[in-house]
Amino acid sequence: MLVLDNVDAHYGKSHVLHGVSIEVRAGEVVGLLGRNGVGKTTTLKAIMGMARRTGGRITFEGNDLHGVPPHGLAGLGIAWVPEERRIFRLLTVLENLRTGLDRPGITPARREGLLEKVYAYFPILRERRNQAGGTLSGGEQQMLAIARAMVLEPKIILLDEPTEGLMPRMVAQIQEIVHALHRDGVAILLVEQNVPLTLDAAGRVYIMEKGTVRHHASSAELRADQRVIHEYLGV
Amino acid sequence: MDQILIQTLHGLVNGMVLAMVASGLTLIFGIMDIVNFAHGDLLMLGAFVGASVLGMTGNYWLALLVAAIVIALLGAVLQVTTLRPLIGRDPLTTILATFGVSLVVQKYALWQWGPSVRQISEPVHGDFTLFHLQYPWYRIVTALLAGLIIGALWLFLKYGKYGIWIRATTQDRVMAQAMGIPVPLVYTAVFAIGSAMAAASGVLFGPFAGVTQTMGFDFTLRAFIVVVVGGMGNLGGSILASIFVSLLEAYAAIVVSPAQAVIVSFIVLVLTMLFRPTGLFVPTPK
Repeated sequence: MLVLDNVDAHYGKSHVLHGVSIEVRAGEVVGLLGRNGVGKTTTLKAIMGMARRTGGRITFEGNDLHGVPPHGLAGLGIAWVPEERRIFRLLTVLENLRTGLDRPGITPARREGLLEKVYAYFPILRERRNQAGGTLSGGEQQMLAIARAMVLEPKIILLDEPTEGLMPRMVAQIQEIVHALHRDGVAILLVEQNVPLTLDAAGRVYIMEKGTVRHHASSAELRADQRVIHEYLGV
Repeated sequence: MDQILIQTLHGLVNGMVLAMVASGLTLIFGIMDIVNFAHGDLLMLGAFVGASVLGMTGNYWLALLVAAIVIALLGAVLQVTTLRPLIGRDPLTTILATFGVSLVVQKYALWQWGPSVRQISEPVHGDFTLFHLQYPWYRIVTALLAGLIIGALWLFLKYGKYGIWIRATTQDRVMAQAMGIPVPLVYTAVFAIGSAMAAASGVLFGPFAGVTQTMGFDFTLRAFIVVVVGGMGNLGGSILASIFVSLLEAYAAIVVSPAQAVIVSFIVLVLTMLFRPTGLFVPTPK
């Protein structure tokens, strides 16, 4: 469904991605592991058209994403949950969700259904719906960022370090949500530093180092043989 | 005492018109980081369009509406042709571009309508007596209308679907795009809305002092002062600053001549820049 074929990307003059090839099939959860600064986030940004792609091809359901404007990706079914969460801080929780809900061609009933669905997943968001996004705790902001992606009814969610800086109880909740999305048939490209969580949630895992993919294996293989993990991640 | 009351009323009326001009300017700055030097000239052009429509039809309210729509369309065209290609460039390029637009618009107005002052006759006649002074009803109507238009803008930004798009884009344009909000279109629409507000202010203000092709610069300058004093890109701050500065000027006019009273707004500007450069009416930055 989502295919990165030999992608190169630059930030300004620095060459950040060197021939990255990754594939995510429909409904699949794929992990992307690696140390800080190896290009995981840039890979997601290259998909979103935010990092300057200088080589290779990115296709989604067979269509080249080159030339699709950044605001056209949501309509194709690609949602992004950035590492910094990027909540609209001065908008209320409900207004944050409305940025994704108020799109052309959605019926009021469907809109209401989607809102109910994310409130069922994250009851705290219903409680805080009239509160400014910037006043939420880190964990609540993460839930809002995921909920905001969910209301787009995406086919794939690019999930960037969702558990970073969260307390264990929140991490468990995020893990549950990833499982639930997987059950709903949403594909996920999960960038993480948390190895156990990634191996638990993802079917396959790519390991990146120095701007390129160094290893690719199923989670079962990696669980059975932890040497690769030690080699590339040092844990 | 009665002089203070009269000047308070005067300051409030001027403040409301200024607030309307400034809110268009601050909306554009807040979302696009564009300092629009042509804002006052769009106001002037709106006043001329209004005067022409009024001359042809005799209907002031129609003139107000037509001027707003025509200048909104012109604003949209200007944004697409001159400013959209400059997105992401040095802010200086947009300043120069809008300054260029300002000159072109002024010269066009001179060519089209000539150098003489045009009058817009007020739609509401009659005065009321405030102490010993006759005060025209039209000024009160203008202040109320300006208040209504600003209120409508505020409601639209707060509750409207596209209002949320505008606020989301103002806060984080990259994330707004990722949510599927067509940011280039939002930019054009905001520029059109700001232009329409300027044009409507021009028609509202026209009966006060007449319409000339050089009236724009004064408005650009005054709107800039209040936008900076109120905090760049902060709508509520600009409105409060408009009223604050206009009231100060009105009170100063009791002591000195009205022409000298204008100095007060510059003093406020300088003091703001010195002691609180983020603006008077914004929460203290953490």
